[in-house]
Amino acid sequence: MQIDRDLVLYLEKLGRITLSEEERAESMKDLQDIVSYMDTLNELDTEGVEPASHSFPIPNVMRADVVTNEANVDAILSNAPEQRDGCFVVPKTVE
Amino acid sequence: MEWEIVMGLEVHTELATKTKIFCGCSTEFGAGCNEHVCEICSGMPGTLPKLNEKVLEYAIRTGLATNCEITRHNKFDRKNYFYPDLPKAYQISQLYFPICHDGHLTVKDKDGNDKQIGIHEIHMEEDAGKLIHDDFEECTLVDYNRCGVPLLEIVSEPDFRSAEEVISYLEQLRGILQFTGVSDCKMQEGSLRADVNLSVRPKGQKEFGTRTEMKNLNSFHAIQRAIAYEAERQIELLEDGEKVTQETRRWDDNKGISYAMRSKEDAQDYKYFPEPDLPPLEISEETIERIQNEMPELPAQKKARYINVLGLPEYDTEVLTSDRSYVKLFEETVALGADAKVASNWIMGEVMKLLKDTATLPEDMTLSAKDLAKILEMVGKNTINRGTGKTVLEKVFKEGVDPEAYVKENNLAQITDLSALRPVIEEVIANNEKSVNEYKGGKTQAMGYIMGQAMRALKGKAPAQEVQKLLKEMLDEN
Amino acid sequence: MNFLKMGALEIGRAIREKQASVREVTECFLDAIEKEDSIYHCYNTVCREEALQRADEVQKGIDEGKYTGPLAGVPVGIKDNICTKGVKTTCSSKILENFVPPYNATVVERLLDAGLVFLGKLNMDEFAMGSTTETSATGVTHNPWNLDCVPGGSSGGAAAAVAAELAPITLGSDTGGSIRQPASFCGISGLKPTYGAVSRYGLIAYASSLDQIGPMAKSAEDCAALFSVIEGKDEKDGTSMPNPPFDFAEATKGDVKGKKIGIPEEYIGEGIAPEVKDGILKAAEQFKALGAEVEFFPMPSVKYAIPAYYIIACAEACSNLSRYDGIKYGYKSPEAHDLMSVYVKSRSEGFGMEVKRRIMLGNFVLSSGYYDAYYNKALKAKKIIQDACFKALETYDFLLGPVAPTTALKIGESLSDPLKMYLGDIYTVMINLAGLPSMAIPCGFDAQNMPIGMQLIGKPYKEAEILSAACAYQNVTDFHKKSPKN
Repeated sequence: MQIDRDLVLYLEKLGRITLSEEERAESMKDLQDIVSYMDTLNELDTEGVEPASHSFPIPNVMRADVVTNEANVDAILSNAPEQRDGCFVVPKTVE
Repeated sequence: MEWEIVMGLEVHTELATKTKIFCGCSTEFGAGCNEHVCEICSGMPGTLPKLNEKVLEYAIRTGLATNCEITRHNKFDRKNYFYPDLPKAYQISQLYFPICHDGHLTVKDKDGNDKQIGIHEIHMEEDAGKLIHDDFEECTLVDYNRCGVPLLEIVSEPDFRSAEEVISYLEQLRGILQFTGVSDCKMQEGSLRADVNLSVRPKGQKEFGTRTEMKNLNSFHAIQRAIAYEAERQIELLEDGEKVTQETRRWDDNKGISYAMRSKEDAQDYKYFPEPDLPPLEISEETIERIQNEMPELPAQKKARYINVLGLPEYDTEVLTSDRSYVKLFEETVALGADAKVASNWIMGEVMKLLKDTATLPEDMTLSAKDLAKILEMVGKNTINRGTGKTVLEKVFKEGVDPEAYVKENNLAQITDLSALRPVIEEVIANNEKSVNEYKGGKTQAMGYIMGQAMRALKGKAPAQEVQKLLKEMLDEN
Repeated sequence: MNFLKMGALEIGRAIREKQASVREVTECFLDAIEKEDSIYHCYNTVCREEALQRADEVQKGIDEGKYTGPLAGVPVGIKDNICTKGVKTTCSSKILENFVPPYNATVVERLLDAGLVFLGKLNMDEFAMGSTTETSATGVTHNPWNLDCVPGGSSGGAAAAVAAELAPITLGSDTGGSIRQPASFCGISGLKPTYGAVSRYGLIAYASSLDQIGPMAKSAEDCAALFSVIEGKDEKDGTSMPNPPFDFAEATKGDVKGKKIGIPEEYIGEGIAPEVKDGILKAAEQFKALGAEVEFFPMPSVKYAIPAYYIIACAEACSNLSRYDGIKYGYKSPEAHDLMSVYVKSRSEGFGMEVKRRIMLGNFVLSSGYYDAYYNKALKAKKIIQDACFKALETYDFLLGPVAPTTALKIGESLSDPLKMYLGDIYTVMINLAGLPSMAIPCGFDAQNMPIGMQLIGKPYKEAEILSAACAYQNVTDFHKKSPKN
């Protein structure tokens, strides 16, 4: 797998981050090394193997439909960089 | 050229659970901003989701009621995207193993024939929050009350060919969701939302055209209008040799137009992967059997029973089962001893008229079956006549008075003791000498006038038949 | 009485027997931190006032019979990715530099119930991504055995604090070796429990399917004591297990007689420093002397553990870290004036390079077109690795191996080459993929007098067995009693 500049730009975009040109060049090399190493997995025969998304999947862990929380607006907003009228605030966002 | 419209529906319904899908916050509508929010549904670091068991129960119930297969081995997946209404920046949903799949509903097509609409899948997911746009300030406020409210997304196959089919399907689906207690389906509160995927193609062509997705359809009426608008727009484009762009469009019901929405993300790569914080779900045969056995009677079953057991005409069953509130009132009234057809007539006639006159939604009606049954009983036993019955019903409906007490207090009961009639009629005869003489002179029409006077004197509280019989007797006597 | 030199259970006993007050002990550690932490930088936040107030409350509770456990009154340090109500929890990241959780992690609640006293929050690699503590936004922690060396990571502050005697016991977290490797580098003991044995509620997620909280202390016995406080099913964590009750007496019995121990040949093969290998082989001899049987066996799937681990961990991390957006909490760029720049600027300025790298890797392995080739492939590799581990544990009661290929590296040595740093996790990540419990304890020193660590890998929920084996080893050896400050 070849990592090129466009792919790095796309990954920045997906992750909502932006790198400086210097970081980008370095990342391209680092990601290439790492992804090439990841490619060793290709040697492994995984035919018919069930992907293990959970280590010990104990099924059906659920909670009863009972209200346990009370209004706690102050605590919820206590870490917000900006708040107004009991709400979080973002720059004007139009759909 | 003749065009064919092809549509598929994605219906989102908010479930009638007390709490959110992954935390113990209330789902009640109408709270102050962020009052129904905790560290979990606001996506604070380190918090973990835990599935509300009722959501699974409701999902399976809906699947069984729509003839779906239930997926035995279930997982949740994360759908990743950035938007301020999604605090974790991923929505917990189901992509790889949705809870229900391969179901169908039977709808009426344009010509009134039965047609099967396939249901591709039903999956469980969480709702997003609400953005409040401030017109005066350069900012948007974010309220997470709706974040984590449980949703079912019911995805149909692209089987619809007309707006009528769409509406028929939605009516059925709403009936099922309401009767199973799964959802209130209040479109105006957003607890039932339908997105319409629509494309057009020349009639006879096999391949689908390019489709658009329409959102913000808040009523059946809006859906009908939006379909007509979008079909025409696409046909016009194609006839002008232009192309339809695959896009999401927002319907503006006030203006009667739709417009393309600015997309949430240029690159829609949701990077779905299995949600590691939620263990898988294994649905056993016993669970499915139990839910099937506990399934409330669905509208179609009710109709059949009303026809076969209660002897109602098909028309009545259509009307009564169109809303859960009518069914409840009807069944409880009959259970209290009312005749089924009589109860049906009163609900379809008087009750619905009162709902319409007072602009009341059926679910907001306060009229109880006990009061309605009482009124029907009084009418049936001739304690009051039908006209009085209507008056009493209106009072009960609007003011919540007790029907029996109201009749008594206002002296509305029929005079059933015939001996009490005689002196009143005597007086009427004495006071209407002219008409009496005309009658005796052979002018039988005069009888009608005297009868009217007698009923007025009796304030309509005596059975007309009896009054007429007695009046005739007395006139012929002297 | 020098509390700084004492183990957690010893301190607990002294308090119970009224030889010391909780305040005395707490103050002693707080003073040591104040005096010496500028040398090591173990702590991001020290809770002096809260700790002293809490000490008095706990003392009262002990006197009234409310707190009766063996660790009542014992001070504890907490890794800075475990949420503490009202106390900053930063993950050593600029993006959470001012985050004060309005809730406690479940483990923190359990420590409170058991009467422990919090000293402060411990330094770590940013969001637990790293194995040196060098990716911390608050600066590197220095290894008490050699200040020019890293303490390991990501729970570097938690390990160094114990080694430097600035906390008798600490809580760390282990996603790919983050408890065991720093324990090994700092010459202390650390337990990575079975996945699901300890609640993750309130642990700020790095990779949800791999993260576990565990105890770090001078001895296996102290680890057992702290583990018994925090383990057990939690209603708030759906992945926490209804595991069998933990038997402290069994776990500290110190018996390995008749046990079968397996050493994967790949764990002492290519790439391991000779002195580390020597330490492991000597430990194997020691276990034989204690009555255990030791065998070597091949485990070829070991070589796939690192790629599988980094794919899965980065995938989950990029999703888990998407919530840091400058809207709800955490750092918001002052330069951000539209929605996109709130995201991009806040995240770019708030995250360090290693975190960004893993976010990009995670986005890569999940993005359409690469999901099957990388992410799904890794989940299948995980299954193969897990099966290989389970199979080995059918033959052996537990596995023995090194924690890391080398002893602690010099500061700055691995930062420039991320792949090299990842490869250092070769012996630890497999255990997280398999979800198994593993205990790291010191088993020697290299020529530079840097500690060498070994790990004992057990069956699911059999923490008691590996703790007991570790106790047996520590009963006849004194590596764990060595201190860099003697």
